[in-house]
Amino acid sequence: MIDLGPHAVFIIAAYAGVTLAVAALIFWTLFDARRTASKTAALEARGIRRRSAGPAA
Amino acid sequence: MTTDTAPKPSLWNRLAHPGQFVALTRSWLWPLTIVTAALFAVGLWFAFFNSPEDYQMGDTVRIMYIHVPTAWLSQFVYGIMAVSAIGSLVWRHPMADVSMKAAAPLGATFTALALFTGSLWGRPTWGTFWEWDGRMTSTLVLLLIYLGIVALWRAFDDQLRAARVIAVFTLVGAINIPIIKFSVDWWSTLHQPSSVFTMRGPHMPPSILTPLLVMAIAFTMLFLTLHLKAMHTEVARRRLMALQRQAAQTGASA
Amino acid sequence: MSAFAAVIARELRLSIRTGGDVLTLVLFFVMIGVVVPFAVGPDRDLLARLAPGVVWIAAFLSMLLGLDRLFRADHEDGTLILLRHADLPFSAIVAAKVIAHWIVSAVPLIVASPLLAVMLALDGAAFWRVVLSLLVGTPALAALGAIGAAVTVSIRRGGLIAPVLILPLAVPVLIFGVGAISTGPGPDLSGSALLFLAAISLITLALSPFAAALAISSGED
Repeated sequence: MIDLGPHAVFIIAAYAGVTLAVAALIFWTLFDARRTASKTAALEARGIRRRSAGPAA
Repeated sequence: MTTDTAPKPSLWNRLAHPGQFVALTRSWLWPLTIVTAALFAVGLWFAFFNSPEDYQMGDTVRIMYIHVPTAWLSQFVYGIMAVSAIGSLVWRHPMADVSMKAAAPLGATFTALALFTGSLWGRPTWGTFWEWDGRMTSTLVLLLIYLGIVALWRAFDDQLRAARVIAVFTLVGAINIPIIKFSVDWWSTLHQPSSVFTMRGPHMPPSILTPLLVMAIAFTMLFLTLHLKAMHTEVARRRLMALQRQAAQTGASA
Repeated sequence: MSAFAAVIARELRLSIRTGGDVLTLVLFFVMIGVVVPFAVGPDRDLLARLAPGVVWIAAFLSMLLGLDRLFRADHEDGTLILLRHADLPFSAIVAAKVIAHWIVSAVPLIVASPLLAVMLALDGAAFWRVVLSLLVGTPALAALGAIGAAVTVSIRRGGLIAPVLILPLAVPVLIFGVGAISTGPGPDLSGSALLFLAAISLITLALSPFAAALAISSGED
């Protein structure tokens, strides 16, 4: 690692904060997608379909 | 076979159908993710190992490589929202609604990050975390507008109705942002005659400009990837809500 | 034109009959001025320096907190649907309501502003600048408030969300409103600030009826 000089703590804090926020954003996006998909799957397993998808199997 | 005689729908019309949109763009997600990751790898390598320290600001110049891209995104995302709002009001494009809704929390996050990195950059260079400087203040007001829009989305029950109302508000905000920018600049020059911060702009040496550009493109690709994924989720959520209504109806009639 | 005047007259009659609102608004406005000396101390020089900001914040808050009633009652009893099908274009009706709202909620504040000026130790010249800047700036607040009220009218519990939405958009009004009062330590820019304030008022008054009408009709169909 290179020497970040006297203000290393600010640089590291900035990068760490951005990394954390971006990681949280990615995690939330994936989690939201996963959650919606699993809820839909649970409803479809109970035999509930959209009219456009034809009669329930 | 009606499909043979029917005219092939244009790309625009195919994109207007949520299911078609998801089917068409699902394969874009992985390439986008890989490009984003590669750009970040290159950009971060430049930022930490292959760029000199600035002769005035020293190593704190490295904060610029994440500050400027997030600040750029804070305005770019509002632009996306405003264009989607026009699409939603003028053409009633269903995917424009979805794009508007998916972009708002992302824009709020990037604006908050721009303020966060800006204040961490300000501490060593100006000596304070917060300066009521024109640029920072108008970014703060922009963040408040983003948060208002997010709150508005959450307040509505009917998302289809919400989209058109919020589109109106987004456009009002888009007209107002230049006025806010102007008034805040006027205000800050009134209160601090000596400018604390001047962007050196085109005088930046290429050794600093290259990582800055790479990081800006990387952050933009990150936003586009997350936005697309969030749009897919939003389409799925609307389908889920329709299914839940249907389940409630059949449950009530059974 | 007579229909336009009739809408204004209806709004004014309604607010006079339920007169408590106007009185409460003025009371709120004056009370902010009463509370500030308790918070910062009775130093007359300090109060005179803070006065322009205090008067504007008081006006700002009293106008934004009261904007919920602009469309809410008409939405709840269905009058808004009738008004949308009137001969007069709906944006003209909204414009009439904005004007009535300004008369009901801004004019009483301007009338009450001498009280604040006395309590906050403003001198005579500064007092007239306060009245002038309130007179020029409050139409913009009424117009922006109409947009906020229109956007949130179909939300059942939309009471606090309209001020939160409109506050950031109203920042320029506050900046130029205070700028038109205070001469500040530097060069005197209060004249140009007053002109900017007038420009903002005219722009928002011209645009907001259309935006508010569009927001109401897209929220209701």
